[in-house]
Amino acid sequence: MKSTIFKVAANYLLPLLLLFSVFVLLRGHYESGGGFVGGLIASIAFVLHFFAYGLESARSFFRFSTATLIPIGLSISLFSGILPMFAGKPFMTSLWFKKPVAIIGSVGTPLFFDIGVYLIVVGVTLTILFTISENVK
Amino acid sequence: MTSNYILAPILVQLVTAILLIFFWQRVTVQRVLSTVGNTFSFITSLILAIDIWNFGTQTLHAGNWQPPFGITFVCDALSATLILLTSIVGLAVGLFSTIGISINRIKYGYFPIFHFLLMGLQGAFLTGDLFNLYVWFEVVIISSFVLITLGGKKMQMEGAIKYVTLNILASTIFLTAIGISYGLTGTLNMADLAQKIALVENRGIVQVTALLFFVAFGIKAAVFPLYFWLPSSYHTPPSAIAAIFGGLLTKLGIYALIRMFTLIFIPDDYTINLFIIIAIMTMFTGAFGMMNKKSIRKVFSYLIVCHIGYLIAGLGLYTEKSLSGTIFYLIHDIIAKSNLFLIAGLIYKIRSSTDMRRLGGLYKDYPLLSILILFVLLSISGVPPLSGFWPKLNIISEALRSGNYTLVFSIIISSFVTLVMIAKVWAEVFWKPTPKDHPEQDDTFAPLSTFKKVTMILPVFLLAFISFMIAMRPGTFMNLSDKIANELMHSDDYIENVFRVKNIQN
Repeated sequence: MKSTIFKVAANYLLPLLLLFSVFVLLRGHYESGGGFVGGLIASIAFVLHFFAYGLESARSFFRFSTATLIPIGLSISLFSGILPMFAGKPFMTSLWFKKPVAIIGSVGTPLFFDIGVYLIVVGVTLTILFTISENVK
Repeated sequence: MTSNYILAPILVQLVTAILLIFFWQRVTVQRVLSTVGNTFSFITSLILAIDIWNFGTQTLHAGNWQPPFGITFVCDALSATLILLTSIVGLAVGLFSTIGISINRIKYGYFPIFHFLLMGLQGAFLTGDLFNLYVWFEVVIISSFVLITLGGKKMQMEGAIKYVTLNILASTIFLTAIGISYGLTGTLNMADLAQKIALVENRGIVQVTALLFFVAFGIKAAVFPLYFWLPSSYHTPPSAIAAIFGGLLTKLGIYALIRMFTLIFIPDDYTINLFIIIAIMTMFTGAFGMMNKKSIRKVFSYLIVCHIGYLIAGLGLYTEKSLSGTIFYLIHDIIAKSNLFLIAGLIYKIRSSTDMRRLGGLYKDYPLLSILILFVLLSISGVPPLSGFWPKLNIISEALRSGNYTLVFSIIISSFVTLVMIAKVWAEVFWKPTPKDHPEQDDTFAPLSTFKKVTMILPVFLLAFISFMIAMRPGTFMNLSDKIANELMHSDDYIENVFRVKNIQN
């Protein structure tokens, strides 16, 4: 797309959307939101940039292939599930830090699970979109 | 008793799959990692199975949520046995795939998906929650969709469309049935459901729900009216994939049927009659369907359908002895059917064809391998001392005792047809002289290095060895099946076990 308005808007929207996605990710445990929605919003941020500036520019945000985010996300989620097993609790039991962290709120294994989901969603969505647009050319 | 250990088979497969995605497109690493993962999975499953056989059922409430609210994992003797069999078949097929699957397919993620499929199977055998069972079924079928279409040949796509359509239909019916059960009882925990479904006053709707489950799992297991997707799709993907499909995927449907109809819906006379009729029809369609087929893989696909009939028959007779026959047949069948498709893969590698008219002379070229294959073929058809014979004996004697002579007659007829077809396969593929127009370069097996040849034959040998062990020591396996059948018929223990395990306090 050649529109200047769109390009400028995309520049402003990218950090805003990324911040918003993190906000949605963090509020997700007790209120609506979570890793999946957050991941989708983050992917939209990159997709907007890709529409405005093209594939190469959007890809340059990532040092590695976006597909690498998938196993990393899976590992983080799996780790959050395995962690309680070392404390002698059943698989996937939620463990929380006693004191809440400022701004973020309570930190515990469910948060790590959601971060994993977030990364998987970003990885899958962007890999699919980038691959399709590569083949279209 | 509670222990995180029962999840080990699932976690090993998941970790392997994740590691494999890290090494996307690295063919050698993928091959090695997959084999290592499968070996680990085999060892953990073996330890788990021995533990469960000796010390009884174990339960785990994931996330430390009390039943019936959380997801429960229950490992009884049936689950433990099936988990062990899955790992054995996974190990054999994984090893075969390292050579038997083309490099292109490996580059497009064959191995990670293969391990996700195995993880789904292990999860489905372990779970004690109906909706969680649905989720594991989805994991299995989505992985299988990828595997069946991987490579994108025209023929594969044609088979995949039938496969995908019928499986999605089955999942929809499954989900509907789950919805109705939840509406009736307000719970999805299988043990809780078993108690509450007995108290529902409107028995009509309970029976309808039970039959919906039967249709859903029946499609997956390929029983009579809805079996046709199986023979028209299983011959299209590479043999290693067909081996895991033929050996384990249809048996997952059988497992779910056994679990449903021994734990939750205790069948009445009407359901039992329906089971028997469908079993007979399945045997006949399988047996007569294979008679005019020319491709050995098509013959083997119909063989699966035919033998699903025996499994349903054992469930339909619904006595402890007949159920034990079904379990024993399940053990034999998982090993033998996977091996059958691996053998089809070997034959294809040797002759570049699976058409019986174009094959021939294998016994002259590969005498030792042919004897090994003959052993497997005879085990499948149930020639007396071999592994297919003993469980069939159980089912037939139980059918005689209940006076169901039609069933006895159908089992004998379909066994006879199986034997004739197996003899035909042997005569056409191994004994018949090589057809004149057969060019030498079709043999893609002979030029392989010895290491590669061994990696392809070893899995076949391994599975044949297990069949041999079943044939040599049928008593051991009979006792195991009796024990499992006993547990299944006395489901109170299962229910009690789920509710006895209390939470670990913080």
